[in-house]
Amino acid sequence: MSARAEAPSRGEHTAPPRPAARANPPSLAATVGALLRKELLVELRTLESVPGMSLFAVTTFVVFHFALNRNSVEGDLAAGILWVTLLFAAILGVNRLFVADAEEGGFDGFLLAPVDRSAMFLSKALALLAYLAVLELVAVPAFALLLLGPSLGQAMPGLLAVLALGDLGVAVIGTLVAGLAVRTRARDLLGALLALPLLVPIVIGGARATAPMFTLTHATGPPGRWLLTLGLYDLVFGLIAFALFDFLLED
Amino acid sequence: MQSSSRHPAGSSLTKHRRGGDFGSYGRGLPALSMATVVAIALALALVFFYAPLEAEEGFLQKIFYIHVPLAIVALCGFVIGGLLAIQHLRTRDPKWDFRSYVAIHMSLIFALGALITGSIWARGSWGHWWVWSEPTLVSFLIVFLLYATYQPLRFSIEDPERQSRYASVFAITAGAFVPLNFIAVRLSSAYLHPRVLGSASNLPGPMRLTFLVSLGAISLLFVTLCKYELAAKHTRAQVRALRRRLAGEGVELPRRGRSAAPSATTIAAGRSGA
Repeated sequence: MSARAEAPSRGEHTAPPRPAARANPPSLAATVGALLRKELLVELRTLESVPGMSLFAVTTFVVFHFALNRNSVEGDLAAGILWVTLLFAAILGVNRLFVADAEEGGFDGFLLAPVDRSAMFLSKALALLAYLAVLELVAVPAFALLLLGPSLGQAMPGLLAVLALGDLGVAVIGTLVAGLAVRTRARDLLGALLALPLLVPIVIGGARATAPMFTLTHATGPPGRWLLTLGLYDLVFGLIAFALFDFLLED
Repeated sequence: MQSSSRHPAGSSLTKHRRGGDFGSYGRGLPALSMATVVAIALALALVFFYAPLEAEEGFLQKIFYIHVPLAIVALCGFVIGGLLAIQHLRTRDPKWDFRSYVAIHMSLIFALGALITGSIWARGSWGHWWVWSEPTLVSFLIVFLLYATYQPLRFSIEDPERQSRYASVFAITAGAFVPLNFIAVRLSSAYLHPRVLGSASNLPGPMRLTFLVSLGAISLLFVTLCKYELAAKHTRAQVRALRRRLAGEGVELPRRGRSAAPSATTIAAGRSGA
């Protein structure tokens, strides 16, 4: 706890360039904004995560085509393929989320700055959320083009709602798991092993909510029960991850 | 922080033997062991000679008295491991991490037992070793798979302080995941198969009594085994500490075998380096 108190006096050079930073530390929103801008800038310049995730998703659809020997899928099967593919693509992003910080001293720089530690969790979760949104911008049209039997037109609003809730959960859990796994010896293995069981409820909710929208008759929108389940799961794990993430950042 | 005041740094051998809160792990263990043996004998006697045969499944249904208590105790153990981990993060006293580790370790063994007995039961009554339509069994498998990563996580972090901190974060997350996962999986499946016994409340009298005695016996077994593991690990840590002191400062003793348990140094010291 003492490190927290003395941090402001040590690390003024890493604070965001604001004249008031010396007297009172920047607000949480400003810190999150600055960190998020850094994340997105790093991703834009290195292109390490998002293109790989998107390419992986498209390739997986091709693999599914040959593995299942089907030209088009619908209903349960379509929802399952979409969610499994998005999940595995997301895990690629999760595994890379903190690698630069662990290897290039990003954690040290952040810990020296006189800012709230929660900003790290929020900015990383928002960055992962943005990666997932871009991934889906590529993967969902590719899925509709390559594999999906029924057209997406009518299902679009419902699908967007389900994807948004699913992404939120994946972002929150993925950030916590990435933080847990990044400074271990078996980093890549542990990230996937920890994330998959924790994400099973997201897959259940997402796939069950998506399945009725992928039927040939366009029977219904997403069932409210599953949206509610996803939302509650996101909320609970958001709070847990927010509360626990600080403990991963103490050295 | 209380333990550090009771437990000053320059501890002689006698002080070390009393060892603050750690010395009490072996206390009452013989009586507890006897109670466990009696309770398990009583439970088995009730299962085989008192509880009536179930009308549809007959003798096979008796595995229920082992399977369900094992599962309940394992899940409670996981949640208790999470609560102990909260205590660890709050106080930073490594003894809570040690207890959390033992609770989760023992729960994993009980959970494996529950999965095996559940699989046998499913084979006997539904004809398949595994059924996806039984939400409790499925969620149990997911929880088991999650906790199976607890030891690999500990193994792959070298620094003992960080290992215990990360393990606690995992234990709290996973402890909260246990009930959430059960809700999610239960929502996902319709009850295709008739459930023999959903909860203890709709059991007929003799069956309920037998079930409750079995639950008590398995819980006692869990507590006893946890205490044995705590006492054994703590004693081993103390022996190591004493041997190291005999060998002289700075001498690294060879480790035998690999263990994901909290490191011997932190257990024996009974407090963090801070």
